[in-house]
Amino acid sequence: MTNTDWPLWEVFVRSRRGLSHTHAGSLHAPDAELALRNARDLYTRRGEGVSIWVVPSSAVTASSPDEKDPFFEPSADKPYRHPTFYEIPEGVKHL
Amino acid sequence: MTAPETTAAPTPSPAPTAAALALGDDALVLSHRLGEWAGHAPVLEEEVALANIALDLLGQARLLLSMAGDEDDLAYLREERAFRNLQLVEQENGDFAHTIVRQLYFSTYQHLLYAELAAGAGPFAPLAAKAVKEVAYHRDHAEQWALRLGDGTAESHERTRRASEALWRFTGEMFQPVEGVDVDWKGMEAAWLASVGEVLRRATLTVPEGPRTGAWAAGAGRQGLHTESFGRMLAEMQHLHRSHPGASW
Repeated sequence: MTNTDWPLWEVFVRSRRGLSHTHAGSLHAPDAELALRNARDLYTRRGEGVSIWVVPSSAVTASSPDEKDPFFEPSADKPYRHPTFYEIPEGVKHL
Repeated sequence: MTAPETTAAPTPSPAPTAAALALGDDALVLSHRLGEWAGHAPVLEEEVALANIALDLLGQARLLLSMAGDEDDLAYLREERAFRNLQLVEQENGDFAHTIVRQLYFSTYQHLLYAELAAGAGPFAPLAAKAVKEVAYHRDHAEQWALRLGDGTAESHERTRRASEALWRFTGEMFQPVEGVDVDWKGMEAAWLASVGEVLRRATLTVPEGPRTGAWAAGAGRQGLHTESFGRMLAEMQHLHRSHPGASW
């Protein structure tokens, strides 16, 4: 394999109608059309999907690992944000 | 569409063996050629794409050869002269452009052929109805790449031009009628020329001017005459089975 300067793409696959697209992985492709086709070959070979999105990885803004503490730690000690103080009535299955 | 049955359902006519061999050998041989890219493709993504196409073709080959006899015996124990594939599909992979142009020429033909077979009622209709969707993707894959290579860098343009001309003389053979395959060969050839011509033009290439039929064209694969490299390909494809008959794992 020689080096390629093809850009990286993030692939999102929706597995069924009604569900949302989920990140499946990433791949290299020269343009968006071929990225879609590569995604089809790499991530939907076994009937996993009904819809694919590809997004240039460079368009993704990610939170920095260095900022992990200010970003996420303040939510860790606020149990009242979780709906865990309710009694679940009998017979409710999907909650 | 359910017509009231007044007589006993006609027993489906057995698949014509010669036709099943011709179509099955096309799929088998091209599948093996594409498989030769494994470990050598320019990028990993493309390697998977080519292997996918090869596996689709292998599935078609198994069904078709099973219509003609024992699939393993037919694939592994026939001599070169007994193969009925087009000379186009046995051509060596060459560079990536060569492989893509070979695929463009063949998949366009196969797509037209299977679409027509699927619409008919012959023995190949059920298989063609399933395979035509696979082949539509092969055709699209080849067209997408032909456009990008032809209209790409000076080098990719040159390599694609060379391939389109080198393989042109093998394309007339595709439209020699195969006995037992009931399609409009002349109409298919016109559709093929229009479609491939359009792709080549969009890829900033010119339609080759060389002969596709006649004394200076190639193509007698359907009669069992093959080109030089086919023997080496067969040797590689068959040697394991011939060395260890009946081996399995």
